[in-house]
Amino acid sequence: MSAYETYDYDILIIGAGGAGLRAAIEAAASNLSVGLICKSLLGKAHTVMAEGGVAAALANVDERDNWRVHFADTMRGGQYLSNARMAELHAKEAPEQVRELEAWGALFDRTADGSILQRNFGGHQYPRLAHVGDRTGLEMIRALQDHGIHQGIEVHMEHTIVSLLKNGERIAGAFGYEREKGRFKIFSAKAVVLATGGIGKAYKVTSNSWEYTGDGHSLAYHAGAELIDMEFVQFHPTGMVWPPSVRGILVTEGVRGEGGILTNSEGRRFMFDDIPELYKNQTADNPEEGWRYTQGDRDARRPPELLTRDHVARCIVREVEEGRGSPHGGVFLDIAWIKEKLPNAAEHIRRKLPSMYHQFKELADIDITVEPMEVGPTTHYIMGGIRVDADTQMTAVPGLFAAGECAAGLHGANRLGGNSLSDLLVFGKRAGEYAAQFAAENGNAQIDTAQVDAIAAEVLKPFENSPEGDNPYQIQAQLQEMMQELVGIARSQESLTQALEEIQGLAEKARAVHAIGNREYNAGWHTALDLDNLLTVSEAIALAALERRASIGAHSRDDYPEKEEPRAGKYNTVIQKTPDGTMTIRRNLIPELREDLQTIIAEMG
Amino acid sequence: MAKTTFRIWRGDANHAKFVEYETDISEGMVVLDAIHRIQAEQANDLAVRWNCKAGKCGSCSAEINGNPKLMCMTRMSDLPEDQPITVEPMRAFPLIKDLVTDVSWNFKVKEKMKPFTPRPPDAEDGTWRMEQEDIDHVQEFRKCIECFLCQDVCHVLREHELHEEFIGPRLFVYAASLEMHPIDTENRLAELKDTDGIGYCNITKCCTKVCPEHITITDNAIIPLKERVVDEFYDPVKKLFRIFSS
Repeated sequence: MSAYETYDYDILIIGAGGAGLRAAIEAAASNLSVGLICKSLLGKAHTVMAEGGVAAALANVDERDNWRVHFADTMRGGQYLSNARMAELHAKEAPEQVRELEAWGALFDRTADGSILQRNFGGHQYPRLAHVGDRTGLEMIRALQDHGIHQGIEVHMEHTIVSLLKNGERIAGAFGYEREKGRFKIFSAKAVVLATGGIGKAYKVTSNSWEYTGDGHSLAYHAGAELIDMEFVQFHPTGMVWPPSVRGILVTEGVRGEGGILTNSEGRRFMFDDIPELYKNQTADNPEEGWRYTQGDRDARRPPELLTRDHVARCIVREVEEGRGSPHGGVFLDIAWIKEKLPNAAEHIRRKLPSMYHQFKELADIDITVEPMEVGPTTHYIMGGIRVDADTQMTAVPGLFAAGECAAGLHGANRLGGNSLSDLLVFGKRAGEYAAQFAAENGNAQIDTAQVDAIAAEVLKPFENSPEGDNPYQIQAQLQEMMQELVGIARSQESLTQALEEIQGLAEKARAVHAIGNREYNAGWHTALDLDNLLTVSEAIALAALERRASIGAHSRDDYPEKEEPRAGKYNTVIQKTPDGTMTIRRNLIPELREDLQTIIAEMG
Repeated sequence: MAKTTFRIWRGDANHAKFVEYETDISEGMVVLDAIHRIQAEQANDLAVRWNCKAGKCGSCSAEINGNPKLMCMTRMSDLPEDQPITVEPMRAFPLIKDLVTDVSWNFKVKEKMKPFTPRPPDAEDGTWRMEQEDIDHVQEFRKCIECFLCQDVCHVLREHELHEEFIGPRLFVYAASLEMHPIDTENRLAELKDTDGIGYCNITKCCTKVCPEHITITDNAIIPLKERVVDEFYDPVKKLFRIFSS
């Protein structure tokens, strides 16, 4: 047996974005030892890219807002497939969590009376998103980071976990490598929290960074946890489309919240042409009313540009497919037009949307205060993920917890903008709290070193594979193109069956990829290792998408355009690994809603 | 599509040199795209740090044709076409491999600084009231993406290597964001003078020039901190007061 550098913690947190940091801070508050694994440097995780704001019913801008409205909005946005208990906890606890960030130094934009300012966002009935211009994620991760570094948390930067370790049924720790030298490390822990974010790198056009390879989803799945609703991948309606090298970079929904409109090549505001029944009562039927809404008129209804992301993305795809797109295959998003309405519009735009202004100016030579942007859908977020207990965030594996994007339940078939930042605070905190409780009640679990040796050998295989094997980047690119084409916004039995076949073929090739060079900071080797996770989540997405023969929320089937199969009821798709190593799927009926929650939904219309 | 030659710094702390690569450049590409293309097609093991590719995370700092920049925000069309483009790691930090440097010193220094310490909440619900105009200047400092390009160009660190006595522009911006935070109650002036070495800064403004977030580091953060330190420790009236009160 080889010797590995070993660390011993009460609680190990894997992932250092908002959810991981919040979990670590909470776990450390119980005076237990906490280790925190960052795939990159501390403070660079994907939370940093969140722009528009954090949703919390603070009611600072509109006193009619409260947790019940937020709860109902979240459920409606998720097409009632959300875990209602999670939606309830989230709506109730988000305000306190946002206030707490302020006690840790975060500085949100202010209202006239000096409270936290809130802005409009798609699917939220009232202005609800606390924000800092359009760099809210940076403010949040920095506040968590700068507070977190004083809590006695041990941070391991630029480390990747390749496998969870178990002892019998329960969790025992994790095994991974550090990037700098490529050395292996064992992290023994009584409880483990996964907070690894999403899967965007399974697609070609994405707003996500290289880190987003579904690590947590895959680690949990292989450790025996369940994945639910993996078919629900959010394609954010507004990513940049031009120039090609920036394709997919996010354009915040805040642009539309501030009055930005979507138009096609004929200059038509096409979003007025298709307003879903579920949202008819809440949506403006003329541009004037929509504009008044964005300017805070409480009697006005929101413009159709602020319908939910799944719907807006589909409308954009329709415009492009029917030949009314912009020159580079998107549609136009215009905020410059507000100069007709506001004096000093250019200055107003630069103040409200500074990083959008900056991003288009520097990357596309576009001045958004003067001309419209070109935008189109980009893979942004996965609603599905690791199944957890609503209150404790524990998975089916005792001692294994999950929070943030890699966990599932809150967002159902479609996530509302702003609900992810609040999700990671509320459930990051809960995961940290209950992981600490688990660690306090359970002793150490022995780690099986033979198991570790076997994993280590597997991890080194890309170096030993024949140089004839594929270049890992090629396999990654092939997978991304295939997923984009076959498991993208529009899916069918045919495309999904083909996708599953191609995944098998790619998995075979992935096993033979060759890594050049040595173990030190070797991006090719890391890409080879990430392939396993990408293939696992891609298979899960395609399988779940095949299973749900309906079009609902972010999941659209060309062959089943209707919302649900007759009499099928509301269900979650549940994926699990069988003892023989294959992936299985089943349906799990969603239990009847608690009566008081039903009443809220009925009242909110 | 045009071919462009890149001279990329390859190697580790013991041995490194420029290696030339040629790659295709298409419309709108930034330097990071070219590096990625080279990595995917010709040099799989090339080490480069990056995350967001949108100027928001501050990971891909490097020296491009000798200028400290974010690779993701440097467009190929802004660089001269007729000569090779050099891409080097930040020179003020120890090299790990290729374009990746050891920036852990910045994190360690920050950890030693006195944390944010708010006054008791203003309202019964545990919240504070702050005017937007009172936080505008602090929000400027909080735009910092910790790319450490300002640290890279600061001659106190880069040439004089006074890492033990001087915390550098990034961390002065951090100190300013705390000192000028309307509800913070901590006093960090003694540390700024003694252990953080603010006196070493002779306001050449190199840091301000390279900041990709356009933070006015010298004028808005460092100079006001210097003034506060002077007021606190060198003001003759305060000095007399200290003598008599001690």
